[in-house]
Order: sequence, then structure tokens, then C-alpha cells
Amino acid sequence: MVENRPWLTFISHLTMILGILVVAFPIWVTFVASTHDTVRMTQVPLPLWPGHHFFDNLRQAMTKGAYGTGGIPIGRMLLNSLVMALMIAVGKIVISALSAFAIVYFRFPFRMGFFWMIFITLMLPVEVRIVPTFAVVADLGMLNSYWGLSIPLIASATATFMFRQTFLTIPDEMLEAARIDGAGPMRFFFDILLPMSRTNIAALFVIMFIYGWNQYLWPLLITTDNSMYTVVMSIKQMIEAGMMQPQWEMIMMTSLLAMIPPVLVVVTMQKLFVKGLTETEK
Amino acid sequence: MLKRVHYRPSVLPYLLVAPQVAITIIFFIWPASQALHQAFLLEDAFGTSSHFVWFDNFTALFADDQYLSSFGRTFVFSFSVAALSISIALLLAAMANRVIRGSSTYKTLLIWPYAVAPVIAGALWMFMFDPTLGIVTYFLNMIGYTSWNYRLNGTQAMVLVTLAATWKQISYNFLFFLAGMQAIPKSLIEAAAIDSAGPARRFWTIVFPLLSPTTFFLMVINIVYAFFDTFGIIHAVTKGGPANATTILVYKVFNDGFVGMDLGSSSAQSVILMIIVISLTVIQFRFIERKVAY
Repeated sequence: MVENRPWLTFISHLTMILGILVVAFPIWVTFVASTHDTVRMTQVPLPLWPGHHFFDNLRQAMTKGAYGTGGIPIGRMLLNSLVMALMIAVGKIVISALSAFAIVYFRFPFRMGFFWMIFITLMLPVEVRIVPTFAVVADLGMLNSYWGLSIPLIASATATFMFRQTFLTIPDEMLEAARIDGAGPMRFFFDILLPMSRTNIAALFVIMFIYGWNQYLWPLLITTDNSMYTVVMSIKQMIEAGMMQPQWEMIMMTSLLAMIPPVLVVVTMQKLFVKGLTETEK
Repeated sequence: MLKRVHYRPSVLPYLLVAPQVAITIIFFIWPASQALHQAFLLEDAFGTSSHFVWFDNFTALFADDQYLSSFGRTFVFSFSVAALSISIALLLAAMANRVIRGSSTYKTLLIWPYAVAPVIAGALWMFMFDPTLGIVTYFLNMIGYTSWNYRLNGTQAMVLVTLAATWKQISYNFLFFLAGMQAIPKSLIEAAAIDSAGPARRFWTIVFPLLSPTTFFLMVINIVYAFFDTFGIIHAVTKGGPANATTILVYKVFNDGFVGMDLGSSSAQSVILMIIVISLTVIQFRFIERKVAY
């Protein structure tokens, strides 16, 4: 701080607190809604203070599920989401590290061709090519499977770029030293390159886990079997449960369960998250 | 790009890039070229045969009022989301950068909406603004605004999805602005203070101009976000309605392709969207190059 202006400091704190309250208000409403029973949730005005039905709602969600999800418990969907998010995050890291290694450390014909080909994927979000991609996945018989949920999403230009940047900062002497000690390329990759990019891998994992967990359109298209639903897409099904008024306490309980894992990841691994965010986007 | 010390050509590098390249070809390049091909075809009413129609699908699109208004709507939506979330984030970051005590707590409390899926953000805001039950609707009624019903009123629906999309994006912009402000040398600020420039003046003449690369970068990122990632919000909250008032381009691609089964038109729209993404990416990269030259 350059000078002492108590009044301005007070205003800064006030703005921050107001900002946080506005940002957190939807979450508070969600939490409160998940602690009341169905009857209370249809009376205006809705409560702004928690009730006593949190654990009842939690039990019902985890074991029976809500309207609109075909009786599949949320527990099962959380598992599906977890498997999908992990497969996407790990898959992206593995294939990107390998291809960045090849592009940075090997001289071979079509090297730049491959690089540009991977780069193009950056420009094609799933949303703009959904119809043909869906057709490909259907032809390969990958509908309603974990493979179908994750494999089409694991090619990653961002991750390849990040690994390329990281590898470029590793001094040339490392490779020379490894060669003198008689290590082959794969040995060099596993014993030197990967350990040296540990933090970058962790940061990338945080970002990609959130990316995978929050997928919506893709799971919506390729899962028709209730037992393969992910928790994020189930929210939509619940909102549209037939002719009935949405069962808000269950929807909000599910929303809460669906946002806890990624939010926990962000908050507990804040440093890695910020690093991942700033490094993958540039 | 290539390391000065590197390995000679062999089979190994091909094996290393193989998984990435295979997935790229099967799930990206092949479908994208299919979309490109489809965009020039017209299917008959039964979907049994199709023939090549050159740019007919495109000219039909640009003659279609619905498509053109969806275009305009997308731009209004994207710019509102970008402008709103950037200005709120800039204000919060400026304040967070000022305070010494509690600054990291504030940061932690502000960043987590990033992790909330768009569709969940949509569900939350939809619940708060529910025409009969919503808590905000109740407050609005209390202050005398009784005509809130986003299910019937297109403008209100647009406001609702814009708010939900903005809410989710504030944390991202906040992080980048805060990092940008912390990178500004303290000596510049102090020199200005010695020249008796007040806090507001220091912000507008020093901090804000120095942040302009960050602001520009965030502008592009936010527009891309509003174009594509908000699909979940629209799909869950309004389904493009009422009366197409919130049908943005990416929702229209989905709706015409999967619900309307008009593959030719949907593919042509995909192609246009691809061109938009590619130009945005090019703009972003050119700008990054310029920043490096600084």
C-alpha cells in the first residue's frame, strides 16, 4: 500500500464482502433448499434458513434417486462422473505427454505436420461437430460405455502445448547426461522428464478433472441407458421430470453433490489450480 | 521448437504420437470433414438420398430471418456476458489488490464458482428466479415488480441466462486480473503517488492501461465461453425459448441437427461456427505474439 487511507480500505473490504455475498448467495439458497422437505419447498416464500431434512434428503438421493432419473440413485451417477472425469484427465495427460515428448525431442519426417494436426483440435469444440462425432461413436459401438464418454474427449491441444512448453525449459544437459549414462529415450522420459514436470502434471490434472467432471452435452448425447448417466447431466432430467412441479429439494441436493467434488479440488489445490489455469490458457 | 540435443529419426516418435493422432483423426478431423461435406448436401424429405447443392445451405441460412436474429442474439449475449463479468471481476480484483489483511481468504471465497458446471449454474439461477417459487421473484414482488416470468418474457429469459453465465465466469476473470495487477511493479505506483496522483487516478492512468493485454485476452476467452460453454445453461433453463428468444448459435446447431434432423443446415451452421472459432483463435494468437514483442 502506498498511502494510508482508512476510509478507502474500508470501502475495499466492503466491496469484497458484498461481492462474495452476491457470488455465494446462489449456493446458500441451494444448501437451504436441500435441507427442507417437499411440503415446505412448495410454500412461498421459500426458506432462507436451513431446515432439518438434510440427511433424509441425502439418504433418499443416494439410495433412491429423484424423479426423472429412472430410479437410478445419485451415488451411481457420482461414480459414473468420477470414472469419466478420471479417464479424461489421465488420458489427456498420458497421450499429450507422449506426443509432446516426440515433437520436442525427436527429429522425424512430418514432425510439424503432426504438431499442426494436434493444434487444429484446439479450434473444434465438441459443440460444433456434434452430429458427425456422434455418428462415429455410434458406428464404433461406443454408446453407453465409459470409453464412449471419455475417449472422444481426450485429444488435447492445450495439454500438448503445456507439455511442450515445460519440456522446452528443461536444460539440454539433462539429455546429454542421460545419454552418457546410457539411458534410452523411454528411460529418459520416465526417469527424468516426467519427474521434472511433476507440478505441471498436477496442475493440468486439476484443470482437466474439472473439465471432465463438468461435461454436459457429450454425456447427454451418448448415454441412453439410465445406469450410465452422469450426475451433471441428471440435473436437466430432474428439472424436466414429466408433468410434475420440479422436486426442488432433490434437484438442489443433487446440484450440491455434483458441485462438491470439483469445488473441493479447486479450493484444496488452489495453488495448482491457479497455475494450471494460467499456464494452459496461454 | 526442437531441442538442440535430440534423438535421430526412428519408429519410436511415430509410436509416441500415434495415440493422440489416431484420436484426433477419428474424433476430430473425420467428423469435421463430414460436417464440411454435409454442409454442401441437401437431403430429400425421407433422408434416403442426398445431392450436392454447392452453397445453397449457406445462402438459405443467410436468407433465414431466424438464423440472422440468432446471430445477432448471440453477439448481444456474448458481449453482455463478457462486459459484465470483466467489469465486476476488475472491480473486485482492484479491491482485493488493495487490501492486505484477508486478501487470500477473499480470493479463496471468490474462485470456486469456476468449478461449477454451466448446467448446474443454470439450475441454481432458474430456481432463484422461478416465476412462482423463486426467492428473488419473491423479493421482486415485495418491491412492486410483479411481472417477472422468464418463461413467457423473452427479454427476461435473456437476462436470466446472461446472469447465470456471468456469475460462473467472474472467478476466472478475477484470477487473471489479480495476477496481472500483482505483476505491475510497485515502483510505478509509488512514483505516481509521489507526484500526488490519487488512487482513482493511479488506477485509470497506470494500472488499467498496463492491464490492457489481460483485458483483451479475457475479452476473447469470455466471448468464446459465451459462444460455446453456455450451452448447458441455455439447454437447462430456457431451451432456447420463449419463442427462440435465447436460441444462440450453438443451441441452434444442436436443435436443428438433433431435434429437427435438418443435417444439411445444421452442418452448414457448424461450419460457420468453426470459422468463427478459428478467427477468434487467430486473433488471440496474433495478440500473444505482439505481447511477446513488448
